[in-house]
Amino acid sequence: MGIGPDGKTLLEILEESERLYRETGRYWGIERLELYERDPLRWERDRAYLRSLMVIARESATRIAASPITRSIGETCWVLYTPEGDSIVLSTGIIVHVHTMSEEIKWMIRRGYEENPGIKDGDVFIGNDPALGNVHTTDVHTITPVFYDGTLVGWIGSVTHQVDIGANTPGHDICTSSARFEDGLYMECELVMRDGKVFPHYYERSRRGVRTPLYYDLDEKARLAGNEMAKRGLIQFIEKNGLDYYLKLIREIIEKSREDYLARTMERLVPGRYRTVSFSETPYITEAWQPHAKDDWIHPLPMEITITEKGEWVVDLEGSAGTGPWPWNGAISPFMGGFWVVMTQIIGYSETVNEGFVKAVKLKLPEKCWVGDPNPYLSRQVPWYFLIPQMQALYRTVAMGAFSRGIVEEGASGYGMTADPVQGGGVTNGKTGHPPGIYYPISTFEIAGQGLGANAVRDGLDYGYAMWNPEADIGDVEEWERIQAGFIYLARKIRSNTAGYGERRGGSGYAHVAVFFGSDENVIQNLNMGKAFTGTGLYGGYPSATAYTLLARGVNFEQLTRDKAPYPLSDDPMKPEFEEHLRDYCKYIERLDWSTHFPRMLAEGDIYYFKQNGGPGYGDPLDRPLELCEDDLNEGVYTPEIMERVYGVKASYDEKLGVWRVDKNESEKLREKIKKERLERALNFAEFYREEREIILGSQFTRPVARMYQEQKEVSPRWWKEFTEFWQIPEDFIPEADELDEYFEKVLQKHRKLVDGYRSFLKEAGYDIEKVRHVYLEERR
Amino acid sequence: MTEEVVEAKIKELERLLENKASEDEIFRLIASEKSPEISFDAVIEYFQRKVSWDERIILPLSKHLFIVCKEGKAIVKAACGYEFGDFRINWKVFSKVRVRRTQEEIEELYPPFMHSDPEWTEIREFLCPGCGKLLAVEAVPPGYPPVFEFLPDIVTFYEKWLGREFPCEKVDVKDLTAEYIKENIKL
Repeated sequence: MGIGPDGKTLLEILEESERLYRETGRYWGIERLELYERDPLRWERDRAYLRSLMVIARESATRIAASPITRSIGETCWVLYTPEGDSIVLSTGIIVHVHTMSEEIKWMIRRGYEENPGIKDGDVFIGNDPALGNVHTTDVHTITPVFYDGTLVGWIGSVTHQVDIGANTPGHDICTSSARFEDGLYMECELVMRDGKVFPHYYERSRRGVRTPLYYDLDEKARLAGNEMAKRGLIQFIEKNGLDYYLKLIREIIEKSREDYLARTMERLVPGRYRTVSFSETPYITEAWQPHAKDDWIHPLPMEITITEKGEWVVDLEGSAGTGPWPWNGAISPFMGGFWVVMTQIIGYSETVNEGFVKAVKLKLPEKCWVGDPNPYLSRQVPWYFLIPQMQALYRTVAMGAFSRGIVEEGASGYGMTADPVQGGGVTNGKTGHPPGIYYPISTFEIAGQGLGANAVRDGLDYGYAMWNPEADIGDVEEWERIQAGFIYLARKIRSNTAGYGERRGGSGYAHVAVFFGSDENVIQNLNMGKAFTGTGLYGGYPSATAYTLLARGVNFEQLTRDKAPYPLSDDPMKPEFEEHLRDYCKYIERLDWSTHFPRMLAEGDIYYFKQNGGPGYGDPLDRPLELCEDDLNEGVYTPEIMERVYGVKASYDEKLGVWRVDKNESEKLREKIKKERLERALNFAEFYREEREIILGSQFTRPVARMYQEQKEVSPRWWKEFTEFWQIPEDFIPEADELDEYFEKVLQKHRKLVDGYRSFLKEAGYDIEKVRHVYLEERR
Repeated sequence: MTEEVVEAKIKELERLLENKASEDEIFRLIASEKSPEISFDAVIEYFQRKVSWDERIILPLSKHLFIVCKEGKAIVKAACGYEFGDFRINWKVFSKVRVRRTQEEIEELYPPFMHSDPEWTEIREFLCPGCGKLLAVEAVPPGYPPVFEFLPDIVTFYEKWLGREFPCEKVDVKDLTAEYIKENIKL
């Protein structure tokens, strides 16, 4: 006798559901939506009511929770599941979790939880392992079974994003983990509460296992309270409408979503094959502590989407990066999480997103790729680092397909890499009024405000978009300073020249400068793109600018303030304020052409620059209307130098009115000149083809690129075959890579050359560069 | 009535694609229900009126590139009149390419520190040989095959999704790029 409806075990129900879907292609083999057909208004009202239970739970619980991420940013979600674990309706919030807890519930069912430890009314389970069902370990799930009259009728799942999860360094998306054993707290769908009482061993293990136990504790209370509210609401609904009606209704809700998804695809897109390639990077040869992690990697993240005659999406990840000693390894669940959070925004925004959507997508995965590798010992702290670039394919697919249908307002060229989650922490020293000796975390969440990509009819949204939570915002400085007691903001400002160039430009990025003050023992780490563009624009649009690392150490900030001297408010590398304002007050400035860096110990007075990325552009920048170019200049989106070089715009500054004025005639002449010159400098495709082929055959690659091709030969045989056929090279060709030691020396030399070149540039621009010291990588050895 | 609706949609497309639409109008359109058949007829007609050539547009790919039917064959053609070839071959194969493989070349476009390391990803600018318009930009590692971004199954689209006769000679929709290169580019 099982605990599910009709006395069945949950496993029996799950297997029956899967069999019927396999045999019929429809959820539970449902041929007709009988309840819907009989009374569509009641059906819609009841569906909306069930969803409202989730929304109310979230809205109430986030008022109970304490962590700023939960309260201000709303990094939470509540979901209702069927007895066998399929999602039915979910709240607003971090909707990436439409599928994650589904995987966990099914994992518990398959693992035999019904027998051991048993599933009872009053139980609560906690999970956070991406390999079982999550996006990254920092999202902690509370899963509550719901019983009605002794029968398990469903599950309520909730998630909150933690400030810290007890990994080897402080933070919620750390860059320092090379294996599971460094990721911090893992909970494998653990039974943590029975008969309404939390087990003391779990309570102690979890609170002692993170650096911010207060936030963990209060967030957990929020999840428990929200689940309890949703559970009671659900039981009332069943009491009023009857269990048979409820069980039939939830299956129809899911099947209808599946049908709606196919219909929406066929309404808006075009069948065929869509391809996008994005990249990510691990620049760790001089950053990592762990010997096995000291290398540099570039990771290919292509996605091929085939939309079939029936409107189904076949998503093929052939050619995708493998796994390794970095925190970006994933699993199906993180991938599906990323997939659905984007699809909800671009195809399913007027639908009920649930398991029905999942059923309309077929996934093809190379077994050894970052999504397919089941190795439990990999670090899965930040699969986002791969997910975010790769999911741009969805936006681009919609932009291409919908344009062809005349629905030109939909889709985008991609989005800014949702990155730069500055993390770390330190200890207050009492200087700023906070009690001394208190640990404070650094957990900026301005990552919620990147630039969105452009499309055929509009520019990208400026510093206001995060692919993983469309409702998030960057939060108030004051809110962050409440917890980041020793990391004080000096400025927030638009980050010029970050909007991807195009007839329609990408959304602009934003930048921040902060000083460590009133604090000691500070560490800081970060992750973002830098060595590689993560994506590109569409139909002539360019990729948005990359990020980089900038910090000043040994800063005598107290003296600077006593002198009432100006301090940097941002950074434009062509007119740098750090070098201008800090030359008399700091020991050195560190500039790196990557942004994913391991923790640095920083002292009081040290200054750190962090930044959000722009979105990619759309269309030829030379076609951007001049009046929009003038707006860009006046809003600080671009500097006049970039406007002239990229957009072919001549402008002058009206000192009296304080505005930029575009010279229409001169600009039009310049545009024609640029167009002519670029065509003259371009190669015929055949010449380009032969040049690239020679590069491949001569293995004229930097080590990360050579190793990327070596990896793909092993991870993605189908991709490799297409690659060798395209370039007409032997299938057994193996690109040669520099030895690690040799490459290491090249990296040091390259950084020296980069810094020296930059210093020469500044000198020519009139900077008093002799007083500024830049640190070379080799000095940090 | 339908003709009037299509005409109104054509005017709307003109506002949207020619920078005449307000933010409010764009937002309203994104948020509102779509009328797919009207939109498709309108977008074909909008572009057909804009170009100076006569071949029938089967499917617009972008503001500058279209799949058209020329002498019974579905090919890619540019607004300026340049003809790229069979739509099943990546149109980039018929374009001109500017490749930026050095820091100096990339810094013609991006400020220092705000671009990729050119050894990690180079920039490729694909230009229309007919008019010099920039048609696509790739940022990929050296040696990465040019991305064939969109190969629409136009036959299925017309016959199965729109329920209309395919307006050109029917073909199997498959990627012919590698085959074309093998036959046409001397090593």
